[in-house]
Amino acid sequence: MELQIADSLLIQNYINGDEKSLETLIKRHNQRLSGFIYSKVKDREITEDIFQDTFIKVIRTLKKGRYNEEGKFLPWVMRIAHNLIIDYFRKSSRLPYFEGSNTFDIFSVVHDEKLNIEKQLIKEQIDEDLAVLVEELPIDQRDVLVMRMYRNMSFKEISENTGVSINTALGRMRYALINLRKLIDEHNIILTD
Amino acid sequence: MEKFYVEDKKNIKKVAAKKETIDFLLNYSKSLKIQKIKGITYESNIN
Repeated sequence: MELQIADSLLIQNYINGDEKSLETLIKRHNQRLSGFIYSKVKDREITEDIFQDTFIKVIRTLKKGRYNEEGKFLPWVMRIAHNLIIDYFRKSSRLPYFEGSNTFDIFSVVHDEKLNIEKQLIKEQIDEDLAVLVEELPIDQRDVLVMRMYRNMSFKEISENTGVSINTALGRMRYALINLRKLIDEHNIILTD
Repeated sequence: MEKFYVEDKKNIKKVAAKKETIDFLLNYSKSLKIQKIKGITYESNIN
């Protein structure tokens, strides 16, 4: 079994000028550190960049003789990497993201419910046209339609509010829609997008 | 027992820094000189 030289001894040797010790340290912790960075940023190129920046900081600190965490080399390196990952997300204002695979597309479950600006303008125009037409309806029909469509009231509630039976309220709603269609035809208005 | 299935095991690669990155770091280390003169630390890079 090959005897592994302790990190602390490699660091000491490196500080004393043995560059080969640094190579051993980098190679020893390469996979673990890269895996840690990749688990956060999910991008191989960025992982490579952060790995490089981490070891540049390590090299500078060791060469300046400021390293004082004997025996805890890897946690120290991980902490440097962790801070660089935070810096990366701060700089790019990005949150960790989920990328779909060949068999799963994230956009199949996530939708943007908002209308685009064109559809929003069309919707506003339709709402305005409709409001004008509703104003032309006889008052009893208009009241029922407004309560049902704009205030989302049930026919029972409409009946209680207007003092008429549910059947009368239903009838008024029916005539309100028939008259509304007639008004739309008369004014040659297209109420679709 | 719950099992976790991986889509394609052949496509799984362990993430590790490339040889070029390691070489760059080793060269950077060799070229970096730190000197302390009258309590002030000077950094220089000799390429």
